[in-house]
Amino acid sequence: MDTVSIQIPSARAASTQGRRLLRTRLPVALALLPTALVVLVVYIGCMVWTVRLSFTSSTLLPKLDWVGLTQYSRLFMNDRFVTSAENIVIFGVLFIAGCLILGFLLAVFIDQNVRAEGAFRTVFLYPYAMSFVVTGVAWQWFLNPGLGLQKVVRDLGFPNFTFDWIVSQDMAIYTIVIAGLWHGSGLTMAILLAGLRGVDEDLWKAAKVDGVPTWRVYTSIVLPLLRPMIVTATVLLATSVVKLYDLVVAMTMGGPGIATEVPAKFVMDHLFERNNIALGTAAATIMLICVVSILAPWVYARYVRPQGRHA
Amino acid sequence: MGSVSVRDVSVAFEAFRVFDGLNLDIEEGEFIVLLGPSGCGKSTLLNAIAGLLDVASGQIWIGGRNVTWEEPKDRGIAMVFQSYALYPRMSVRENMSFGLKMAKTPRPEIEKRVKHAADLLQIAHLLDRRPDQLSGGQRQRVAIGRALVRDAAVFLFDEPLSNLDAKLRNELRVEIKRLHARLGKTTMVYVTHDQIEAMTLADRIVVLKEQKVQQIGTPGEIYHRPANLFVAGFVGSPQMNFIQGRIGMNNGVPEFVKGQRRLSLANYQFGGRPPVDQDIVLGIRPEHLEIATNGTWSDLMIDIVEPMGADTVIWCSDHEGSVQVRTNSSRRAVPGESLTLSVDVSQVSLFSPETGDRL
Amino acid sequence: MSTVVPQGRRPRRITAGRIGVYAFLITAALFFLLPLWIMLVTSLKPMEEIRLGNILAWPASLTVDAWTKAWSSACTGLECNGISVGFWNSVRILIPSVILSIAAGAVNGYALSFWRVKGANVLFGILLLGAFIPYQVFLYPLVRIFSMTGIYNSLPCIVIVHVIFGLPTMTLLFRNYYAGLPLELFKAARIDGGGFWTIFLRVMLPMSIPMLVVATILQTTGIWNDFIFGLTFAGRANLPMTVQLNNIVHSTQGERAYNVDMAATMLAALVPLVVYFVSGRWFVRGIAAGAVKG
Repeated sequence: MDTVSIQIPSARAASTQGRRLLRTRLPVALALLPTALVVLVVYIGCMVWTVRLSFTSSTLLPKLDWVGLTQYSRLFMNDRFVTSAENIVIFGVLFIAGCLILGFLLAVFIDQNVRAEGAFRTVFLYPYAMSFVVTGVAWQWFLNPGLGLQKVVRDLGFPNFTFDWIVSQDMAIYTIVIAGLWHGSGLTMAILLAGLRGVDEDLWKAAKVDGVPTWRVYTSIVLPLLRPMIVTATVLLATSVVKLYDLVVAMTMGGPGIATEVPAKFVMDHLFERNNIALGTAAATIMLICVVSILAPWVYARYVRPQGRHA
Repeated sequence: MGSVSVRDVSVAFEAFRVFDGLNLDIEEGEFIVLLGPSGCGKSTLLNAIAGLLDVASGQIWIGGRNVTWEEPKDRGIAMVFQSYALYPRMSVRENMSFGLKMAKTPRPEIEKRVKHAADLLQIAHLLDRRPDQLSGGQRQRVAIGRALVRDAAVFLFDEPLSNLDAKLRNELRVEIKRLHARLGKTTMVYVTHDQIEAMTLADRIVVLKEQKVQQIGTPGEIYHRPANLFVAGFVGSPQMNFIQGRIGMNNGVPEFVKGQRRLSLANYQFGGRPPVDQDIVLGIRPEHLEIATNGTWSDLMIDIVEPMGADTVIWCSDHEGSVQVRTNSSRRAVPGESLTLSVDVSQVSLFSPETGDRL
Repeated sequence: MSTVVPQGRRPRRITAGRIGVYAFLITAALFFLLPLWIMLVTSLKPMEEIRLGNILAWPASLTVDAWTKAWSSACTGLECNGISVGFWNSVRILIPSVILSIAAGAVNGYALSFWRVKGANVLFGILLLGAFIPYQVFLYPLVRIFSMTGIYNSLPCIVIVHVIFGLPTMTLLFRNYYAGLPLELFKAARIDGGGFWTIFLRVMLPMSIPMLVVATILQTTGIWNDFIFGLTFAGRANLPMTVQLNNIVHSTQGERAYNVDMAATMLAALVPLVVYFVSGRWFVRGIAAGAVKG
């Protein structure tokens, strides 16, 4: 019978193993240390700090007292904040839905084997390369009722034509949506077009042999296949909705009046101009809660549930 | 009903001509396999027949009707794809009935046809599943089922088994052959790069290479009388042995000469006059070489022995080159051993080295 | 009834559908091009013509005065040195920020995809979630931290902020890329005796050129277009171009010089536009890669 040697870990072996571990693990740990610090201090620390500040009565300087939910009840009595919240809902829904619909249509039409496809793609996507400040300034100028679009149409012989949304209390937020669509639908188009190009060519052939009309192929067969791209685009658009700030500042400064105020701007104004840190951080905390509650189901669906199923 | 005729067809991509004046006649009920390596144009031809690809010139007739300008759905064809191409997020039943619904077929008729196809393919128990819940083999059965319900006179298969593993491939191959027999008058055009599929399924094989038809014939003709070096080498495994040599004359009888070795070609049917004193390639399949005690060729050395179960392939060589011999596995062979081979002259093929054509 | 025997290519008819496709695409293209056109023509007109004329019309008396004014003498608040100040500030912010954030992302991505470290996945998870949290949640405490360390409102401050908030996307980008490389490659390098940094510098980095290009495109446009960080952290002396542009547009006294505004806008858009047109498909790849967040 063969002898089987059994290794007994000696003290010496353990120490070389330890040294080896040190030699391989140490550089990894060092390389990840700065990121770990950033996560700990910025992503977790600052977040906790902000939430904590929202329960204080801080104004110009931070205090660490405790006033409970006082700031939150003030927040929801605050017209400016309520308007901001309403605006972000209006903008969010219209912007995401608009980008998805327009982006999908653009992608489908570009997919029709058209000439100069590259030129169309370039034109639809270039706004995405520009900053929101540039976008806002450009659209502000174009929609300016005195010299912009309204004047052009009136000069064309429609003297009663009115398009003064940008200076209208009720309509100004929709001009922000238009500028947002101009900026963002090219991105959706690019993502969905990549998805369309990934569809198995045989599927198109099979549908053709079956005599399925083209529009029906898109709605019944292709659209379900694009679901991951639609989710990606939606998540991406949603993050830019939450961050909406520069566009408003450049285009309307929140006006006319407070008609186009948005939460991000509310927070910035209260933190850095209106010296009301507690109210600002309370608003920031509300934003955080909203984002987490929107994100949670997605994270759950994408990461937690599939793991549970495979386990 | 189901005859297919490709008349003088050319297909072009941009400025590049893929086919130039191709002709092919397929009889009703025939099982035709288009065989060739990738890029030979076999799928292009199939797509042209299906109407998924416009021809640049020529005509395509199906069932005695000129369908050159018809839409695929109006050509009386059904098609099965390599990637299955099942409609995702539709159940098997919906997959099979979608095309019929588009054609406004009455509901009872749809149900009848789906049930019939499902029974025939033994997928009745899968009807409510979705494609992503099926195995590869089941998916391909569904894809065949979807073709079946169209009640088409012509079935087009585009490498339907290439995505399956070996065992399933064999299973479904038999299934397709059975289906063809059971459907009777249905014509099948089947594209593959797999010579075994071609040999086992086809009534006639069309061998293609670089957009040119190399040979059209029954599996037997293709195997035993290959029209050129390409066909000879492409069909058959292990490959046909090719031996370079010369044609000599011995008492008015042509013989194959290679160095000291000679082989009388008295029984060979030359297509024309034997090209005496010219270079030639002799092709002989491994199973047509036999190990003998007093054979034609002696003093060969065994290189490698590959037991394959039912039989054994022996690689043997002399200083001029090597040949493969297929023998009964009961024979013991040891590398290094020398042996003598006898050649079944009635089974050899001769090719011109310049053109590659059969002589 | 035509008696033509069908032969050869199907006759192509120009169908209503075809016309519709092009009509839609061209209309859409006009919508997307219009603002750019208006910016351009406005910036080339003198003010009198703008006041009277058609916003869409090509300038009758073409002039580049507005451009020179925007570049060198437009007022951004109290100072009147044009947007060139902002341009150079943006360049000074951009270069170190892009290099450092890509380096950090590449090292992180490499460490996370090839080396097993306890807690690495938690780290990565939080980092990813961080990408979705609104910046407003972090800004005030960050300002306090930087004030305490004494670098608030300086060039290093804004660069550090860009690196911090670039971490999630950059790490993800490189992690996904390295995760797509064969693990055997890493194992072979280990067997050949490579350590953490050797493998990174000698094996992985040379293979990362495509991702480095994509990351550069992504970060260049992202950082150049940033407004909120520049506004909050850069300090008066380092305000980037976007902030300066906003100041020019919104702080003009008296009548607004639309032509100067538009010239300044065009100048501010120039760098990302050049990146976009030069990089072409890479740009799309960049967003697509950045888009697979999570």
